[in-house]
Amino acid sequence: MKRMPSSFILVSLLVMLFLYLPVVILIGLSFNASTMGVAWKGFTFQWYEKLAMDRAILEATVNSVVIAFVSTGLALVLGVGTAIGLETRHGVQRAWVNMILLLPLVIPEILLGVSLLMVFVLCQVHLGFGTIIIGHMVFNLPLTIVIIRARLRKLDPAWEDSARDLGATSWDVLTRITLPLLRPAIWGAGLLGFTVSLDDFVVTFFVAGPGSTTLPLKVFSMIRTGMTPEVNALSAVMVVVSMLCVGLSWFLQQRSAPASSGSSYL
Amino acid sequence: MSESVGLDKVIKSHGLVRAVDHVSLSIQNGEFFSILGPSGSGKTTILRLIAGLDRPDLGDIIIQQRIVTLDPPHKRPVNMVFQHYALFPHLSVYENVAFGLHMKGERQANIQKAVSHMLALVRLQGKEKRLPGQLSGGEQQRVALARALVNRPVVLLLDEPLAALDQQLRQEMQGELKRLQREVKATFICVTHQQDEALMLSDRIAVMHGGKLLQVGTPQEIYDRPVSSAVARFIGLSNALSGTIVSCDGGLCRVEPNGLSPVMVSCSPHDSLQGAVTVMVRPERVHVSSNMSANRYDNSLQAMVHHVAFSGNEVVYHVRLLGGAIWMARVPIAEAQACPLTVGQQVYLQWWAQDGLVLPSQSPPC
Repeated sequence: MKRMPSSFILVSLLVMLFLYLPVVILIGLSFNASTMGVAWKGFTFQWYEKLAMDRAILEATVNSVVIAFVSTGLALVLGVGTAIGLETRHGVQRAWVNMILLLPLVIPEILLGVSLLMVFVLCQVHLGFGTIIIGHMVFNLPLTIVIIRARLRKLDPAWEDSARDLGATSWDVLTRITLPLLRPAIWGAGLLGFTVSLDDFVVTFFVAGPGSTTLPLKVFSMIRTGMTPEVNALSAVMVVVSMLCVGLSWFLQQRSAPASSGSSYL
Repeated sequence: MSESVGLDKVIKSHGLVRAVDHVSLSIQNGEFFSILGPSGSGKTTILRLIAGLDRPDLGDIIIQQRIVTLDPPHKRPVNMVFQHYALFPHLSVYENVAFGLHMKGERQANIQKAVSHMLALVRLQGKEKRLPGQLSGGEQQRVALARALVNRPVVLLLDEPLAALDQQLRQEMQGELKRLQREVKATFICVTHQQDEALMLSDRIAVMHGGKLLQVGTPQEIYDRPVSSAVARFIGLSNALSGTIVSCDGGLCRVEPNGLSPVMVSCSPHDSLQGAVTVMVRPERVHVSSNMSANRYDNSLQAMVHHVAFSGNEVVYHVRLLGGAIWMARVPIAEAQACPLTVGQQVYLQWWAQDGLVLPSQSPPC
């Protein structure tokens, strides 16, 4: 491997610092014994203990996890089906179906949130778990489709041909060849979708109703009444969980494409 | 012998390209049949049509006296070995080979027996648990063969079976293929672009070009009596000379090449050739020497040595004729060493009338 020039390394370090310093400070302060401000008053676990005792936070955590699970699961089922359909059925409509499907990824989230809210109000849908799940699927579904399609394109069509030649029906091909070969990508898409859903604030803020507070909403409301170390602890937990999920997702997708150059959507 | 596979006026287009154009074929039971042609000649499409992976636009596919044109692949007694083997990467060697029997709903005990028997036949015992990615090219090839043959197909289709192997392995697998065919007694239909492979392995060969069947026959027939210059070139006959027929009687044609002295070529008495023709001479039948050797040959042309290539047991001289055409002459090493020729030297090319072929020249060259 060629050695990188030292100026390149320096710039990289500065960028890393810029990106991760706030997170590191946040995690550090979550262990700070001081109740106010950023002055270091000694190491403590008390904010984490308080966090674990807070009923409202636990409730929000459960809400977040349930919503992330359901919206990711539904997005996976629909997304894998759509991706397979798009990759195997060739037609003129593919180009613009493609565009329409990917649009939610580039539309500003605040627009997405406002428009979803308007639709729900117009249709007189009760705001709550259901509307949040639908809201999260709007961005989870295109994400899933992009990831699954990238993997599908790497599958050799000769695998399907040879399975059919050996007596497999379309259903056999799907369950024994296509889906097993997609498994790492499905896990990767699922974990990423789960993380995005867990962390989403903007869309959730618009379509949530009473009794369906998620963790990001809870953090937001806690900050409004003043920055407490408890918020730091909660945020630290969320950062670590998100990073683990995204890391695992990346790892699975790397593994799913060993022959390729390792390019990823990330 | 009865017919194993038949194609009846089959047409298949990919978009605007006619991949298979009015092809009719009859392949007998137990035959080793090769389809020989350059890439893009439609030979793989024919395999896919027989396997049922593609459907013909027109015409019929017949397997064992039954029209199967519209049957899906799993209803045909046919299996295929794909060009790059297409082994399932997530399944072990055992699971790959067992896949077909599994799909047929065979009992587990039977599957186990058949798979281990087949793995023994292709000499892969002990590798059952490996994944395809952990095997060498030759081993993958044998897994692909076992995976197809374990289903006891009446017809085995092979798409460029040896193309991905290196030279030594290729020769080994040629023998292996013949041995396997004797043991399983199936019809083998093999697609290849290598003429020596086709000549060595096959009972009969079909030569294809541009979706059309040019000639079907035994290797000997195709080698000795190609019907067109395209077939001749494809079978390794590279020395060509275009000209016009001056006279043709008693099985001997007199052809006047453009700007060269006339040559004599024997032809069969019922050939009614006239006008523009191509004369072809096998490289191993051309005698090349620095002086006219007592004038006993029927034909003699002047040429200049252009390039000398040494290939172990023989020397290949590339010579330029007066008209500009390059010919090749293969000379056994002992003979070449007795009177060596050097680049730039004036030489005479001489050959017997019966070693030449005269073919109508309207057929397109490969």
